[in-house]
Amino acid sequence: MPTATLRGWLLAEVPESKSQARCQRLFIGWLAFKRNPVAVIGLLIITSLVVVAMLAPWLTAGDALEPDLANRLRPPGSEHWFGTDELGRDILDRIIWGSRITLYIVGLVSIIVVPIGLLIGVVAGYIGGWVDTVLMRLTDIFLAFPRLILAMALVAALGPGLENAVLAIALTTWSPFARIARAEALTIRSSDFILAARMQGVSTAGILARHVAPLCMSSVIVRLTLDMAGIILTAAGLGFLGLGAQPPTPEWGAMISLGRQYLIDQWWVPTMPGIAILVVSLGFNLLGDGLRDVFDPKSGG
Amino acid sequence: MIPANSGLAAASNLALPAKLVKVGGVVASLLLTFIGLTAITFTIGRVMPADPVLAIVGDRASQEVYDQVFLQLGLDKPIYIQYFKYLGQLLQGDLGTSVMTGQPVADDILRFFPATLELATVATLLGVFVGIPMGVLAAVNQGRWIDHVVRIIGLIGYSAPIFWLGMIAILIFYFKLDWVAGPGRLDVFYDSIVDPVSGILILDAALAGEWEIFHNAISHLILPSSILGTFALAYIARMTRSFMLDQLSQEYILTARVKGIPEWQVIWGHAFRNVLVQLITIIGLTYASLLEGSVLTETIFSWPGIGLYITNSLFNNDMNAVLGGTIVVGICFVGINMLSDLLYKLVDPRVR
Repeated sequence: MPTATLRGWLLAEVPESKSQARCQRLFIGWLAFKRNPVAVIGLLIITSLVVVAMLAPWLTAGDALEPDLANRLRPPGSEHWFGTDELGRDILDRIIWGSRITLYIVGLVSIIVVPIGLLIGVVAGYIGGWVDTVLMRLTDIFLAFPRLILAMALVAALGPGLENAVLAIALTTWSPFARIARAEALTIRSSDFILAARMQGVSTAGILARHVAPLCMSSVIVRLTLDMAGIILTAAGLGFLGLGAQPPTPEWGAMISLGRQYLIDQWWVPTMPGIAILVVSLGFNLLGDGLRDVFDPKSGG
Repeated sequence: MIPANSGLAAASNLALPAKLVKVGGVVASLLLTFIGLTAITFTIGRVMPADPVLAIVGDRASQEVYDQVFLQLGLDKPIYIQYFKYLGQLLQGDLGTSVMTGQPVADDILRFFPATLELATVATLLGVFVGIPMGVLAAVNQGRWIDHVVRIIGLIGYSAPIFWLGMIAILIFYFKLDWVAGPGRLDVFYDSIVDPVSGILILDAALAGEWEIFHNAISHLILPSSILGTFALAYIARMTRSFMLDQLSQEYILTARVKGIPEWQVIWGHAFRNVLVQLITIIGLTYASLLEGSVLTETIFSWPGIGLYITNSLFNNDMNAVLGGTIVVGICFVGINMLSDLLYKLVDPRVR
């Protein structure tokens, strides 16, 4: 049976090659991940977010931008599950289209941020001396710029919009990664196995890439998943302040902002997009927790 | 040959200069950070806008005002001279004049800042005193239901958009249940009774013996600080749990247990002491981030702090005020980070 042999190959006591060892590690990680119900819920949430975003045109009646004034502010019911907003648009439809914007934001920001932060942090922590001082001053300067306020100032100068918001968020998000990678590198660099590698003549770049950086990855992954939620919340905050995506774009933060004035009598208008934000950032956090348990080589496994 | 004890003597002779060098290093890095900060605000304020004058005076200003500001900014001079002039003004505490209030931005910030300080401090304290025990409890009971409950509470607190949570909280606790006072720092009829000595209302009211005002201020403070504190609590609990799990899996813990040391002493005396070292940085980061995170909370609760000041200035196109506020928050952020870094170095022998 092919599956049995595959399973056997994946669980072999002694791996025959590097790639088999890697596959085994992934598979054993997956087995551990599967046993963690909280993490599986997180994975389900994020998977459904992606699926919903992909299937948006088939799940909704239209582009959720057209006003339908005859159906203004309808409460949640069988026809409109989440009710309708002040222009009579179906809130569920708008949330579904908004999921694409959310994915766009987190994807773009993490692609920019992780490599930059990891590189700077590992180099600073391992090499130390003036390189460390210079890089960490640079990091501190960016860390010193509170994310939301820098984004606000940037947007004030560049004009409101989704792209400017992403740029501003990325500019302020890489620095914690650098700090965390440096902290890890600082404690790793005095380890015996690093000394052993150096005595074997491994170059600094080799040590950084093969020994220091992989050990930083677990912290970076935990931080990234923590930050995924943070990124979503910052983007939503900017949208809420009217500085991110502009109406009629169904960005969730902007939807809450428009619905704020209906809070007391038509509670569902600002509440529903808020729940969407909560669920998605919760999903990233749950997933992150699960990944941490799987990929952190220090905590068993 | 040099006798062994002369090395010791030399070291003690060197002690004072070494300390001076260290202090000098801290001062130098603070200066560097300050220069970097101002370079970024300068870039945002003067270089990025197509027309910085227009960004400051707004499009309703007359040609005269426009020309005056143009010369005042020195826009006819090369850019590095403009930057040094800007830096010189900052060093004299001159953040420019706010278009919105007509006052110097520095004076405005001094008036608004204590409110933010009050809010962020109470929120951080909440996070520390609730979050740390929660995190330790979860780590000690890893995998059991109590761990899952703490994790889920923490995760929800960490995942909820703060402005949305604030809105829902106002709807429930103010409009529906009427348990707490609404937006703002005080009810209108208590305004300007207490002298603003520190600017921190609960402190001022207590000092003046105005207990009615004190209670009113607390009633206003509870909701926004809990909402802001939710984030601190969630973050601190999460990190405490994660650090604690790391420590509990170490061999020295096993040794302590094998030696028969009582479990509570293993947890609080051994593991937690090492966690505390790591938590210093986390608490510092949290406090600093709450100072800025209060922007959205202040907007929702009409809390007259620096966040509300910056937001309002932004919508009035008041660039001086926005950048002034950004610099002040940035300096606080750097200061707190550096302080927690210094503390970390003092207590953790591994990074000394």
